[in-house]
Amino acid sequence: MTTVRAAAGDAPAGEGSGPRQSVTRCLELKGVHKSFGGVRVLQDVDFHLDRGEVVGLLGDNGAGKSTLIKIITGYHQPDRGELLFDGQAVHGLTVQKARDLGVETVYQERALADQQPLWRNIFIGRDISNRLGLLDVGQMRRITERLMTEEMGFTSAVLTPDTTVTGLSGGERQGLAIVRALHFEAEIIILDEPTMGLSLKETEKLLRFVEGIRRKGKSAIFIDHNIFHVYSVADRIVVLDRGRIAGDFPTTRYSLDQLMDIMREVATSGSFETDRPKFADVDQAAVSDASDTGASA
Amino acid sequence: MSAASVASPKERAGRSALTEFTTRYASQIGITVAFLLLWGTFIVLAPETFTSDLIYKSFAQTTPYFAITAMFLTMVIVAGDIDLSFPSIMALGMVGFVWAWDATGSVALGVISALLVGGCAGLFNGLVVTIVGLPSLVVTIGTQFLFRGLTLVLVAGKSFALVETRGEPARELLNAKPFGIPMEFWWLLGLSILAWVLLNRHRLGANTYIIGDNTQTARLMGIPIRRTRIMLFVLVGVAAALAGMMNSLQIVNFYPNMGSGYLLPTLAAVFVGGTSVFGGRGSVYGTFIGAFMIGGIAAGITAVGLTDFWTNLIYGAIILISISIHAILQRRFQR
Repeated sequence: MTTVRAAAGDAPAGEGSGPRQSVTRCLELKGVHKSFGGVRVLQDVDFHLDRGEVVGLLGDNGAGKSTLIKIITGYHQPDRGELLFDGQAVHGLTVQKARDLGVETVYQERALADQQPLWRNIFIGRDISNRLGLLDVGQMRRITERLMTEEMGFTSAVLTPDTTVTGLSGGERQGLAIVRALHFEAEIIILDEPTMGLSLKETEKLLRFVEGIRRKGKSAIFIDHNIFHVYSVADRIVVLDRGRIAGDFPTTRYSLDQLMDIMREVATSGSFETDRPKFADVDQAAVSDASDTGASA
Repeated sequence: MSAASVASPKERAGRSALTEFTTRYASQIGITVAFLLLWGTFIVLAPETFTSDLIYKSFAQTTPYFAITAMFLTMVIVAGDIDLSFPSIMALGMVGFVWAWDATGSVALGVISALLVGGCAGLFNGLVVTIVGLPSLVVTIGTQFLFRGLTLVLVAGKSFALVETRGEPARELLNAKPFGIPMEFWWLLGLSILAWVLLNRHRLGANTYIIGDNTQTARLMGIPIRRTRIMLFVLVGVAAALAGMMNSLQIVNFYPNMGSGYLLPTLAAVFVGGTSVFGGRGSVYGTFIGAFMIGGIAAGITAVGLTDFWTNLIYGAIILISISIHAILQRRFQR
């Protein structure tokens, strides 16, 4: 195992999910492997997310963050390993299935259709329609209008539900992608680099919004290059390095400085040694199998 | 995310409703103006022809032969695909008609059979495009030959007289002239409304727009891409079979090369109507108007006293002017 478990007690054993965990555990990945054309992108990844929890996912470019979340959203299927939603193993997960299970994602690439009006973008794949598939366009326009003023804070009078995405700024596009994920009462919201291209003020707003997810008892996975952003809102930080989980750190037990040292260590060596004096104050139990790091397949 | 200061609905309404309308429908307004200009020119230059109802009755019958397919081809093109095989499907469907009619003596069964054959041909296109994963342009160039070849082989190159279908109710449904207006036109009208609803007010169309606009987005958001694209090819197949059948029954003859002249007028109607060849944008209304522009030019040219040699030249000019207008309007009004 390459995993450094912080909360050793509730770490999944790997074999058979204990029913005791399924109560609060809304998502679990077990031994997930994924390769693209012979390149191993993810190796033996275990990951879990509890209800009402915000997990920060950190890692360098190419660490496998995007692949990991695309497995959770059903976009990629794992070569090996298991996905459990609310303790139930789900096989052949598709994007549609994942959305039906309450997974909504704010993708790094935004996933918008530029030439289409805002209301069509909000309702991609989730149209309000009757049994014959006929759309209730009026309803969708009204909801979009409300989301624009109440949620996105679009103040410009030239923006209407019929404006195309081409007319939006970077921040506005991001707001649209986030509000879309929010609108459908998602149980699990995945945010892939949501602060990219945002102004300071917009970033603050976003971080407040992530805290709101927890307050509502929903869960989130928050991916960002910026450890300050992640640390300020996450309950737990999972570090991914070259396709493996390099560590799992509750923010209540690690200071930001400690985490930054760990990140630096991971970045240079792919692991980190707990017996180094620098980390002597780190909770030993929490990182008990750190010495295994990099040893096993 | 909380709202800071918010434009009140009143402020938004302050933006003139006219501006809103022209922005949203710039392309449709453009094509309507172009159509009226062309029509006006013909009326001025050939008043006798273009103020009599005869020529309109003729257009109402001949334009649907390609316009019906154009309506559904519009949807395929909005999805970012194309279908060049429909002229061959027009003939292949008729093989289905002749077979079923010959075997059962029922024109109604012949009609159903033709539509089924058309649907299957479209299904075949869709399956090859989505499962083999080839560009539809290439696939339908191939199936265009395949379907035409199949037609020729199946009927051994013969043509069929369809005189005995006269008076049959199923045929009347396609070729009669209630209120003096050909059934072809009523069908075009009904099917245009259907295509408009499907594209603009139905889940199929909603998915079509997203797929044509950005396939990656469609994939990330879990839209059934394969199913949607296949469905659109099937619709074109059925529409082409219907148009081919109307045409054949009208001239009471089926010849295996039927339909081959309709490829370019159909495509021209779609593009003159303002549908983007890149996908994501298109207008059923535009195609409808575009079809009548294309359908009217040939007659108009002869009526104003020009020789037939002018036809292609004027076709080309009108197509180029129309698509340029769309491109300019697009740049101007895209915010």
